[in-house]
Amino acid sequence: MADDNTKYGWPAAEKRSLIGKRISRVDGPDKVSGHAKYTYDVHRPGMLYGKVVRSPHAHAKVVSVDTSAAEKMPGVKSVYIIQDAGSEIHWAGDDIVVVAAVDEPTAADAARAIKVEYQPLPFFVDDFTQPQNVAESTGPLTQRDVFQMLNDDAPDDQVIAAIQKRGLAFKVSPEMAKRMKDNEVSDDVIKALQAAEVKEPQPNNSPYKKETEQVKGDPDAGFKQAEVVSEGVYGCPVITHCCLESHGSIAEWTDTDHLFSHISTQNVSGLAGQYAQALKIPEANVHVHQDHIGGGFGSKFGIDRWGAYTAQVSKKTGGKPVRVMLERDAELILAGCRPSAFARVRVGAKKDGTLTAWQSESWGTGGPGGGGAPPMPYVVNIPNQRKQHTAVATNIGPARAWRAPNHPQGCLITMSAIEDCAAKLGMDPLDLMLKNIALTAPSEDTYHRADTYRDELMIASDLIGWKKNWHPRGQGSGAERRGLGLAIHTWGGRGHESNCALTIYPTGSVELQMGTQDLGVGTRTAILIVAGDTLGLALNQMELKIGDNQYPKSGGSGGSTTIGGVSSSTRRAAIDARDQLFAKVASALNAQPDDLEAVGGSIRVKSAPSRSMSWKDACARLGTQPIQALGKNPGPGDLISSGVGGAVMADVSVDMETGVVKMNKMVCVQDCGLVISLKTAESQVYGAMIMGIATTLYEEKIMDKNLGHMLNPNMDFYRLAGIGDVGELVVHMMTGKGYDERGPIGLGEPPTVGPMAAIGNAVANAIGVRVPFLPITPDRVVNALNPKGGSHATV
Amino acid sequence: MRPFDYASPTTADQVPALLGKSWGEVEILAGGSDLLSLMKDEITTPKRLVNIKQISGLHAISNEGGATQLGTLVTLDRIAHASQIQHQHPMLAAAAGDAASPQIRNVATIGGNLCQRPRCWYFRAGHGLLAQKDGKSLVLQGDNRYHAILGNDGPALFVSPSTVAPVLIAYNAKVRIAGPRGSREVPVEKFFVIPKTEQEREHDLKPDEFITHVIVPPAPGVRAAHYEVRQKEAFDWPYATAAVALTMNASTVKSARIVMGHVAPVPWVSVEAAQVLQGKAVTQATADQAAQAAVAKAKSLGHNAHKIHLAQVAVKRAILKAAGSQAAGGAA
Repeated sequence: MADDNTKYGWPAAEKRSLIGKRISRVDGPDKVSGHAKYTYDVHRPGMLYGKVVRSPHAHAKVVSVDTSAAEKMPGVKSVYIIQDAGSEIHWAGDDIVVVAAVDEPTAADAARAIKVEYQPLPFFVDDFTQPQNVAESTGPLTQRDVFQMLNDDAPDDQVIAAIQKRGLAFKVSPEMAKRMKDNEVSDDVIKALQAAEVKEPQPNNSPYKKETEQVKGDPDAGFKQAEVVSEGVYGCPVITHCCLESHGSIAEWTDTDHLFSHISTQNVSGLAGQYAQALKIPEANVHVHQDHIGGGFGSKFGIDRWGAYTAQVSKKTGGKPVRVMLERDAELILAGCRPSAFARVRVGAKKDGTLTAWQSESWGTGGPGGGGAPPMPYVVNIPNQRKQHTAVATNIGPARAWRAPNHPQGCLITMSAIEDCAAKLGMDPLDLMLKNIALTAPSEDTYHRADTYRDELMIASDLIGWKKNWHPRGQGSGAERRGLGLAIHTWGGRGHESNCALTIYPTGSVELQMGTQDLGVGTRTAILIVAGDTLGLALNQMELKIGDNQYPKSGGSGGSTTIGGVSSSTRRAAIDARDQLFAKVASALNAQPDDLEAVGGSIRVKSAPSRSMSWKDACARLGTQPIQALGKNPGPGDLISSGVGGAVMADVSVDMETGVVKMNKMVCVQDCGLVISLKTAESQVYGAMIMGIATTLYEEKIMDKNLGHMLNPNMDFYRLAGIGDVGELVVHMMTGKGYDERGPIGLGEPPTVGPMAAIGNAVANAIGVRVPFLPITPDRVVNALNPKGGSHATV
Repeated sequence: MRPFDYASPTTADQVPALLGKSWGEVEILAGGSDLLSLMKDEITTPKRLVNIKQISGLHAISNEGGATQLGTLVTLDRIAHASQIQHQHPMLAAAAGDAASPQIRNVATIGGNLCQRPRCWYFRAGHGLLAQKDGKSLVLQGDNRYHAILGNDGPALFVSPSTVAPVLIAYNAKVRIAGPRGSREVPVEKFFVIPKTEQEREHDLKPDEFITHVIVPPAPGVRAAHYEVRQKEAFDWPYATAAVALTMNASTVKSARIVMGHVAPVPWVSVEAAQVLQGKAVTQATADQAAQAAVAKAKSLGHNAHKIHLAQVAVKRAILKAAGSQAAGGAA
């Protein structure tokens, strides 16, 4: 509604006092001084320590569990069997028994005294080898099969044919049908799904599941039309989240059926329901609290098995606080796994660079569940496509969402294949990308996406000196060679559901409450910027309370949905509260409420600013009753939208003898609608780029094929980038007209997408050949330059 | 927690009696940067810790006729910054300053650096020093991308982890060892041995002995440099290192010491490479020939062929860097 848009809409650029300004984060001093308390820092009175017996087998049946010796040990308060005899274990390190004891060493001793007998079963941890001679699955389609086809925009007739041929392994509920309709799935497909035969899934003893081939356009004609066809193999391994603060919680029962949990989470308001389900208590009886979190990256949305058993073992002690925070090795083994993705790709193009066809055979694992195909071709929607994906089920631990799930993998494979095609054409990849930029426009291109990519590429090109520094692939001499590479990326990022309670007290004090969390990205700062801008107050004149599920519910921080959600609910709450205050003081200022504005700590008449009263005096007129407003998202007025993009360019030097890659510089040009908090937004992008460098050059969950164990669950050989490794980083945020009117859109994920592809392309440009698989370690570079075999990196 | 005794002797003579008769019973606590993680991971479960930090005589850096004598408790950080060492044994100062991170260099001692346990991921996961399971080597069957390319004919396939030891060997340094029968001196080169059974360790110490000093002889006029092939700028284990010390006769090499690290279960002295350089000027070509000779006998375990190439590059670069470096000072 136009009225609501006028009332709640974002202030015009010249009216913004705080929004879009470079403001230091409000909790920065607490963090650098050590005053900020993370879950790991929480020590409750009388707290017990939990230690866990973990499976040494990657796949096994639990035959028996004997806890008797442990229970008799002094200091042991409780022993709780998590997976008893008969349970099937699907990855090494899985939780079997937890012990709660007076201190950590006692708990560890007791855990060692527990005897668990296993019947080992065959396991499989190899996702790197390309599946060969696997027949396409013909059994009934699972929910994931169907959603994969829909997400891939497979043509309706293909989806319907597959449904009719294979049947379904699940029944389509009316709710599911409605959700599909809401997500613009066509009526024909929904009808076919509802009419489909529901069949028992076929038992599958192979780790491989080959999904239905997907065809768009006419790939045969597309390749025929092509004057150059480039072929390559690309991919990245499973990596872990490696949160600096590991997963875990301190759980206690305040009475027999009320739980209080301090937990490291991205989802403060969403956990009570999960606890309620696991513990069979009402959701209202669960209190969740977290002040600060040391990293989540998509891995901390649930209470997890360990969250549930921490509460269960606490209950067995009579409710005493029990602390289970994962050790570093458990954190790396269990609590994070980004699916791998590998693909053999062919790309066809005309001599002028026009892309005509795409073909990919991809494979990858996300643990025991297999794992879907990343979106390919990514962003650049090449007209004719044929693609087939094989999911690889492995006993490496379950997959978790990792910053922009599936996008970095899809981007890496696509942008690498396009760069190889440009090299084969003898074309500058920037020119090739610009030549095909129209292919980046989504079907409904409300926000001129292709033009935005063009602008972003041009700005990035200026910032990295592309014209001056780019040279055709492999041209260079000496032991050190320099190269440039690029990638573009996208994300949705529409704000989630959020509620903000704002109170203005007669004393002038302002309090905001919201059941959200600050993942270290500046959410506190952004909320206060929106409230302060609306009420005409400075950030330190308001009290913000977050990180507790007793505050009004707000969404989990995933999918880059937080900034849109919390900014909108805060804006609506602040506008409503401010207008109530205006109504109270208008007569004293001899004006109508609509004529007032809140600026610089006072309420004044717009047309006669000298007629004003201080914020404190205005609030004093409230008498004894504070003003309370609840702002919601979604809510009145059109405050947010979705769909962002960015361009990343990398400049690297590669030592041709040692294979060591050094980052010289990386540039990210990113749009995300209206930027609320410019400084923390830029910091988000810096962090994303550093994470991208680590994933490109260092990170890999290395599994031993004989033991089924992760070999590098430590910071020695699970390498992360240090400050000396990241080179110069440059961030440019797209702001102003064309962006601001879209409202705030999420930023957390998109800038993590492009770096792998951009750096990989820069390395190929520098050394003249493609290093097919990440991480780009010295051995892989040496091997790509001189393929002799005998290395683990050999293709 | 596995209980253990804790002894804190104040003189070196008290130490041997506190040590054990077989490996694993007693561990020496110096900087603790390796020992604590080994104990937390239960790779070692000693019945007694002997803290030697209270022994005042073992903290000193002294100079005896141009030789640098390091007490076993001298930290890597002090070695990196001691002007005497920077002047007389610059390669040692550089290698110590290049190891690990500032936090670790501030606590890690030279004695501990030489006695630190291998980083082999099978050893560190509790599969034993030789990483054998059901009579088969987990290293040979598994992922050996970081394992030995030289000295790998026996059951030990880990690599010696010290980046300082090859430098000390290139300088012909010795360790002084104290035990119940008094003290003895052993060249660092001979200090490291390749174990053949799980009951042995990676060095020449007896279970009741410990290092009291490291003595680096004078090296006037020696041109020396080390090179590490590693991926990260700081705090990273290298793929291969090389330490080279050249004694020059005008423009030709009179004698050379060439020692590789992270390539074998011990620091690997290449006599073959040194012989290539003897009597010749250092050029790209001779450095290349020497580097080839250094890895001529190297053998891949299946997944670490790249290390042969990287070790060769490390040797070549260290030779060229040494030849181009300033000659060390000191009493001639």
